[in-house]
Parts: sequence; C-alpha cells; structure tokens
Amino acid sequence: MSVPILDFVPIWTLILGLGVFFYVLLDGFDLGVGILYGFTANRVSRNLIMNSIAPIWDGNETWLVLGGLGLFAAFPLAFAIIIPAVYFPILGMLLALAFRGVAFEFRYRDAPHRTFWDYAFSIGSALATFSQGIVLGAFIQGFEVSGRNFAGGSLDCFTPFSIWTGISLMFGYGLLGAGWLILKTQGELQEWARRLGRWCFFGVLLAIAVVSALTPVLELDIAFRWFSWPNILFLSPIPILTLLVAIWEWRSLNNRSEVGPFVGALVLFLLCYLGIAISLWPMIVPYKFTLWEAAASPNTHAFLLIGALFLLPIILMYTGWSYWVFRGKVRADIGYH
Amino acid sequence: MTLDPLLLSRLQFAWVIAWHILLPAFTIGLASYIALLEALNFATGRDVYFRLSSFWTRIFAISFGMGVVSGLVMPFQFGANWSRFSDATANVLSPLLTYEALMAFFLEAAFLGVLLFGRRLVPAWAHLVAALMVAVGTLLSAFWILAANSWMQTPAGYEVIDGRFFPQDWLKIIFSPSFPYRLLHTVVAFYITTSFVVLGVAAFYLRRGRFIEEARNMLSMTLWLLTVLVPLQIFIGDRHGLNTFQYQPAKIAAIEARWDTLSGAPLTLFAIPDEAKESNRYAVDVPYLGSLILTHDVHGNVRGLREWPPEERPPVAIPFFAFRVMVGIGLLMLALIVVSWWMRAGRRLYDSVWFLRCCEAAMPLGFIAVLAGWTTTEVGRQPWTVYGVMRTADSVSPSLTGQDVLISLAGYGIVYLVIFPVGVALMARLVRIGPLGIGLQPEPIESGRPDLPVRALPTAEPEALP
Repeated sequence: MSVPILDFVPIWTLILGLGVFFYVLLDGFDLGVGILYGFTANRVSRNLIMNSIAPIWDGNETWLVLGGLGLFAAFPLAFAIIIPAVYFPILGMLLALAFRGVAFEFRYRDAPHRTFWDYAFSIGSALATFSQGIVLGAFIQGFEVSGRNFAGGSLDCFTPFSIWTGISLMFGYGLLGAGWLILKTQGELQEWARRLGRWCFFGVLLAIAVVSALTPVLELDIAFRWFSWPNILFLSPIPILTLLVAIWEWRSLNNRSEVGPFVGALVLFLLCYLGIAISLWPMIVPYKFTLWEAAASPNTHAFLLIGALFLLPIILMYTGWSYWVFRGKVRADIGYH
Repeated sequence: MTLDPLLLSRLQFAWVIAWHILLPAFTIGLASYIALLEALNFATGRDVYFRLSSFWTRIFAISFGMGVVSGLVMPFQFGANWSRFSDATANVLSPLLTYEALMAFFLEAAFLGVLLFGRRLVPAWAHLVAALMVAVGTLLSAFWILAANSWMQTPAGYEVIDGRFFPQDWLKIIFSPSFPYRLLHTVVAFYITTSFVVLGVAAFYLRRGRFIEEARNMLSMTLWLLTVLVPLQIFIGDRHGLNTFQYQPAKIAAIEARWDTLSGAPLTLFAIPDEAKESNRYAVDVPYLGSLILTHDVHGNVRGLREWPPEERPPVAIPFFAFRVMVGIGLLMLALIVVSWWMRAGRRLYDSVWFLRCCEAAMPLGFIAVLAGWTTTEVGRQPWTVYGVMRTADSVSPSLTGQDVLISLAGYGIVYLVIFPVGVALMARLVRIGPLGIGLQPEPIESGRPDLPVRALPTAEPEALP
C-alpha cells in the first residue's frame, strides 16, 4: 500500500459512532412515533401524527444506510461477522421497515385498506425497533468467531438478555417519539403524548436498571472496568448524570415544558450510548476483534475520509434546512403553516 | 434434497435486486422529468407544466418510497448472505457504496421532503432547486452503484493480499474498463423506460379525450426525447458489447451461444442451447453477421465457450434468451419511434387510434428490457462475483444453513408480493384520476399533492381527541 501508515481508526470510530447515534436519535423518534401511533384509533390524531414525520422520515432512515455502509467501510471485518450473526433480526427489521415505509403513502392513497396500512405502520415500527434492540443485546453479549467468519448459528442472537434489550428499545424509542409529539402538537393530542411518555419513561428506567445490573454480571471485564479504582471515580459522573437527567425528564413530562421531554430523552440516550461504548471499548466484534483489528486498510480509510469530512457538514446543513422548513406545530386545519 | 444456502442466497439476491431495479429504472428518469417541468414552469409560468409536475410528483412519491425501502435491503444483503465477499472486497468496494449514501441518498431524502410537502413553505426558486437536487441525487446514486458493479465485472486498480482485495489506484477502481459504457447504457435505458411510461399515459388520455392539453404536451415531448435516445441507446449498446467482448469474452460467447472459436462467425438468431452436448439445437444462423457485429469485420475472430473449462463458463441459455429479449425490445422501440416521425409529419400524432394504442401497449417495454439486460450481464458474468478472481461459491456466508435462507427468501417473497402490486395499483389509480387532482377539483394543487393528508382524508364524526 502506497499510503504511509497513518492511524485513521480514531476518527472513523468517531464518525461511525456519531452516525449511528444520529440514526438512533432521528429514526428513533420517528419509529417511536410509529409505535405510539398504534395506541390511538382517532383518525384526526393519526393524520396529525403521520404528518409530523412524513417529510423527514426518509432522511432519518438514510442514517441507517450510512451506519451499515460506514461499518462496511471503516470496520469491514465487523460487518462481515456481525451481520450474518444477527441474520434474522436484520431480516425482521428490513421487512418491518419496508411495510412501515410504504405505509406513509399507501395509507393516504389506498383508503379502502387504510386500517391495514395503519397496522403496517405501527406494528412495522414496533417490530423494527424490537429487532434493533435484539441486535444491540447480541452485540453486548458477543459473537462466536472462527478465523474471519461468524461461527455460531443464526438463532444464537435470541437470548433472554437480547429479548429484554429489544423490549427496552421499544420503550426508549417510545419516549423519544412522545417527546417529538409533545414538541410538534398541542392540546389534547399533546396531553395524550405526555401520558404515553410517562409510561415509556417507567419502561426506560426499568430497562436501564436491568441492563446496567446484568451487563457487569454477564461480562466480568465490564464489571472490572466500571467498579475498579480509580475508574469508578472517572466513570461515576455517567450514572449520576443519568439519574439527574431522569429526574429532569420526569419533571418535564409533568410540567408545561414542550422542549424538555424531547431533549431529556435525547440526553438519556446519549448517556446510555456512552455507557455501552465505555463497557465495550475498544471492541467492535465483542469480545474477539478490536477496532484496530477489524479496520479497513489505511488507504481505504483515507480515500473515504476526504469525501466524508467535506460532505458530512453539507449533509447536516441541508438536513437542518429541511427540518427548519417544517418547523413549528403540525396542525389539522392548515397543515404545516 | 438438501437445501443449498448458496443457491438460495443467489435466488434471494436476484429476487430483491430485480424488484428494486425497476424503481430506479423509473424514478431516475422521472426525477429529471419533474425537474425539467418545474424549470419550464418557472421560466414560462405556463400552468400546464405546473399541473404535469404536480401530477408526476404524486406518482414519484409512491415509487420513490418503494425504492427507498427496497434499496435499504441491498447493503444488508452483502453482509448477511455474502459475508466472505464483503470481507474480501470491502477495502475496494465499500467507499464506492458509502459515497453513494453520502452524495446521493441524503441529498434525495432531504430535498424530497421539500419537493413533496414544501411548495407553500419555500419560495418558488427554492422549490425548483429541491426538484433539481432530487434529480441530481438520483444520477449520483447511479454513478456510484454502477461504479461498484462495473468494478466487480471488470476489476482494476487493485492487488490481492491473502485472498483479500486492496486498493492501489482509486481512479482505476472507479473508472474500471466497463464503467463508462455501463453507466451510459443504464442511465439512457432508465430515461427511455420513464419516457415510455409518460408516453403511454399520454396516449391513454388522448384515446379517452381527457386532459388533452397535458397529454399532447407529454406525448410530443417524450417522442422528441425518444427520437434522440433510442438510436443513441442502440449505438451505446453496441459500444458496450464491444467492451464486454474485450474484457468478458466468455459472457459474449454465452450471449451468442457460440461453442467453437471461429473467424467469420455467424449470428445465431434463435436456438435452444444444449449445455450438456455443447451445441445448439434448432439454430437459425445468419452467416458472418456475428463477427461483423462483434469485431466490425466479417472475418473477425470470435472465441467459443469450449475455450474455457466447464467450471469457468457462465450458464448459456439464460443470457442467450435474455439478450434477445432486450435487443428485440430495442428494435420494437425503434420501430415505434420511426412510425412517430411519419405520424408527426402527417399531423396525425394525436388522433390516430392505432398509433396511440401502440404507445399504450409499449408502456412496460422499458422495464422488461432493463430486467432482460440486467439478467444478461449478471448471469453472463457467472461463476464470478469479482470477475476472474473471486467465485460466487466462495462469497457466501459460511454460517448460513439452507433453512435460514429459505425462511428469509420466503419473507422477502411475501412482503414484496404485497408491497409492489399495491404500489403499482395505487400509481395506476393516480393515472386514472389524472393531472387535475383528486376528485377533479380545479383548485390549485399545492405541494405536489392535492392537499395535505389531514385535509384530504375524510374525518369521521367528531370524536374526542384522541
């Protein structure tokens, strides 16, 4: 290879980490909105809920493509091991996303089968979320590897722990979705979103507690990392902050704050994400290959980095603009105005 | 019989890509057409362009949504079913695919929202820019995905270390030998496909005496466009064929069902290729024409399949027939275009019933040709995923059992058979409703839809929210 040996792994870890986090936040809230959608049968509410995400869901889902391809590009060995290992959750996610994605247009154009497409939308959103949660759980538990290949069976990823993370993520996305709806709606619909948001909040608290308690038990290395001296000193702000943000989130769900619930949910996600990253660092195929072992060639990293550093800020700019165009409350009578 | 994960994975890939390719085949051309209509409306202020743009944008919204969800499936296929291929080729191929996402997908997605829903929210010029950006995005997407595909067909600019591919020269990787031909041939094919759909819709209206102004505009514009594109495509196709003849001679031998190496080879118009006996049955040959087409010389040398050991030959019958379907459709298209010149000269373009009937019947031709062409090139490059270097059989994920893949194939089978027919039916319904909008209201059509869903949907008896 002609390129001098430069270490692009940290910057690619950061880019991929941010890309996946953007995905979790953005598609997280619109999948969450989809899950909550199933809890109201009122057509006016459903129209409003759908309209609040119709112009942006496609862009949100694009971050999933970037996450998948970014993993393929930056850490191809991880891509080649993890994706076959979670064959069925990925299948479930893709099929669910397909149903849910076409439901935006089909529901509107196919009035005789609207009920069917309503179910496609809400159940699709829930199943896609659950599948992603399974992938997360399987990732935390690690993969059986032989050489450069996944060596386990296609059903190995389904464990009580991964099913729990699947359920947890549904509460998490639900909370994000409720936050989004509180931000974008008003009146009774907003009250309804607050009510559901509070239920999701309890689910999220339970989820964080169980996963935080189980992960160190399942993997002793993780326990050592968090509880050994002096790590416990440096890392203790994360659980403490999580607790403080959780209290703030609960208060925002109960007072008049319109921005608070969404921002609080966002910060909670960030903290959980950091917590998982700290637990697994520096593994990208837990507990077999590190980021450096799974990395693409420096030449590949460099070639893609040139474009990514130039394109990502532009993407963020025009994506921000498209959100700004559809800013404000979504209302039934005059649409987006 | 045991279930073979390799065969099933290939079937699954063929299934998901065949459905998916129909959507870009339509939306790439349609995005450019909408951008053109928006620009014409912006420049001339004529209402007919506005109505047409809004009409086609409604149809675009459905097909693009289907394209997104079926396209999302594709990168995950590489990882899930072809993990050894992914591991081996990632250093070379992954940046091409990632650039597609970075340059094209985000651009399309962000500006599509504004194109569909934003007409009232942004100035007219910004809406035009959104339409242009969506069109540019679809073309960039074609650029990168075909660069990746072309590299797999005619790999260049790489070295192999320990069974994995490493990049040496990015320009050679992106502009691999078959790429310029493949890109032009495919994009022109997609433009032609869209044109025939627009042409068919126009003819449908003219025959029924509906939306005359819009229909005449569409019919005339697409026939001028096709007048340029169809002959151009035949020329590009010939150049692409010569390129394939140079870099993938075994594929050409399969397309031509040529078993023996010959100088002055005939063109086999029809035959039943028999792979076991390595010969053709019921062959209808035209002497010397094969050499003339492939080498542009009647005595040119054409290599036959026997030059390759059987395990390095592609299947013969599938590329042979698929290629003939593609070329046959190309000639049919050319015939229709030639007739249209004559009709235009005689001022009978808009009211000759039989001509309009032919235009309507031609609506699916582009799609069939695209699928046939795709089948030709993809089956013809077997048994390789990276031509001449990595075999398809060595590319599949080792952890998968036949049962695993059977389940996923059934899943994709069922879901696509629900989504695609419904999508086509809904687009057909929009065509029947026509460019004046749902319920034929003459009021201006906002934001690419007759109205926002919340107003257009009947709200039942006043219920309490929610």
